[in-house]
Amino acid sequence: MDLIEFLVKTATIFVVFVLTLVIAMYSTWAERKVAGFIQDREGPNRAGWGGLLQPLADAGKMFFKEDFIPALANKWLFIAGPSLAMLTALLASAVIPFGSTFKINGHEVVLQGVESNIGILYVFGVVALGVYGIMIGGWASNNKFSLLGAIRAASQNISYEVAMGLSLIAILMMSSSLSLGEIVAQQHGANWNIFYQPLGFIIFITCSFAECNRVPFDLPECETELVGGYHTEYGSMKLGFYLFAEYINMFISSAIISVLYFGGYNYPGMDWVYSQLTQALGSETGHNIATLIGTAVFFGKAIFFIFFYMWVRWTIPRFRYDQLMNLGWKKLIPLAIFNIIITGAAVLFLKPVITAWLN
Amino acid sequence: MQLTNRSKQVSNKEMTLMERAYLPAIATGLAITIKHFFSKKVTIQYPEVKRYLGPVFRGRHILKRDEDGRERCTACGLCAVACPAEAIQIVAAEREKGEEKLYREEKYAAVYEVNMLRCIFCGLCEEACPKQAVYLRHDEFIPVFTERDQVIWGKDLLVEDMTNRYTREAWTKEEAHALDAKRASGEVTNVVPRAIP
Repeated sequence: MDLIEFLVKTATIFVVFVLTLVIAMYSTWAERKVAGFIQDREGPNRAGWGGLLQPLADAGKMFFKEDFIPALANKWLFIAGPSLAMLTALLASAVIPFGSTFKINGHEVVLQGVESNIGILYVFGVVALGVYGIMIGGWASNNKFSLLGAIRAASQNISYEVAMGLSLIAILMMSSSLSLGEIVAQQHGANWNIFYQPLGFIIFITCSFAECNRVPFDLPECETELVGGYHTEYGSMKLGFYLFAEYINMFISSAIISVLYFGGYNYPGMDWVYSQLTQALGSETGHNIATLIGTAVFFGKAIFFIFFYMWVRWTIPRFRYDQLMNLGWKKLIPLAIFNIIITGAAVLFLKPVITAWLN
Repeated sequence: MQLTNRSKQVSNKEMTLMERAYLPAIATGLAITIKHFFSKKVTIQYPEVKRYLGPVFRGRHILKRDEDGRERCTACGLCAVACPAEAIQIVAAEREKGEEKLYREEKYAAVYEVNMLRCIFCGLCEEACPKQAVYLRHDEFIPVFTERDQVIWGKDLLVEDMTNRYTREAWTKEEAHALDAKRASGEVTNVVPRAIP
């Protein structure tokens, strides 16, 4: 039994891992396609139908380029930087609930790598580690521009993590749980957190833009000021890892946003769909198909947010550094604290009144 | 002088609360970009779709023949002299008896070579030619070459094919200007391109 459970968990983790990589890979294609469409162009369309083989071509190019390490760089840390960025980016997907459960011969399999009761804390811990990859790579390059980029990344991530954590506290106050599976289960149907936490959502999404080093907060790789930022000295697949880690982070944060605020695999009318399917196809097959629909809904939401990331990228110019810090410390943090107070008051005073009135 | 009517006076006055919230401006921006996302794309898929480059484009060289199919070139060498890139090589020869069907005048170019790596497509050969023999086509490019022996084009590639003649609406600058003027005034609407200069 233990062995079976172990194998099932391994398989789930493997599927999650592969899915994350494939989505990140096609995000690079989608990024260029979206960029093209927004600028009235076609985007890549030569490699394969609609340019679908473009990520493979890019990866092939990256692999065959010279793997160069500067003479005065710290060799081990230079290699450790991109590896760490990739590692931390991939770790976070383990706790994301992709769907409810599969029933196979009476056994229930949870569509989640690890059901942990501190899921969201784990994600935050791993995401906070992500900045080490950038910091180490930037420092080990022995290049002033790289170091400046890395310092920018570090200070920006630390500043915005505070506001992000504070905006999350409001969610945790409502759900009274740190488990991502639990938070999703509480948003059953259309009872999504976005309707209770619009301000928290805006703060959270702004901070996740900053955490992913995406436009308008891509100052660490601001090429007009810092050549290439922290990856100036990188080439070949090491550079590829940095860029790839960014796309994985983007997918992870899109998934987290849809889990925390948009109900993950929940969608309006899911109970009706579930009862129809179980009646028509039997309790096991019907349940599994309903789960698959929920998973598709989850990925739909996540992919929409990836698209939103790109949409914003090709719309907004980069912030200046002082504007970035002002926005983080003087606006988002006070707003997040205000949001906590409002949520606390609503949970304490408004909720009993509304429940009494509804009953 | 006013260059555009979309220009705005720059000011550094304090931003209002609405402006400092950024979100309304961001929403406006997002609306604009999503409109472009769904708009028609302007890209022309080049190797498959070729765009008409206009009657004055200077592309592939051609050595014209006259209406009887005789080569017009007399190997005077003026094109080679005019050529700033020195891309043209000519070897002249005298017309023998019985070759009157092939060459228009007593002298002809036995060899006429254009080095396509040197040629800058300036069109000075075209202007220098007194016999209206050499032209740069407006409708065709030099195809991409990958081998060294494809670089120098001889008469086999340059001389006009009588079954597929090169036609143009106007053969001289003056003629083209006159045609443009007539078009603008509406005097002519449909001009039949012709093969003979």
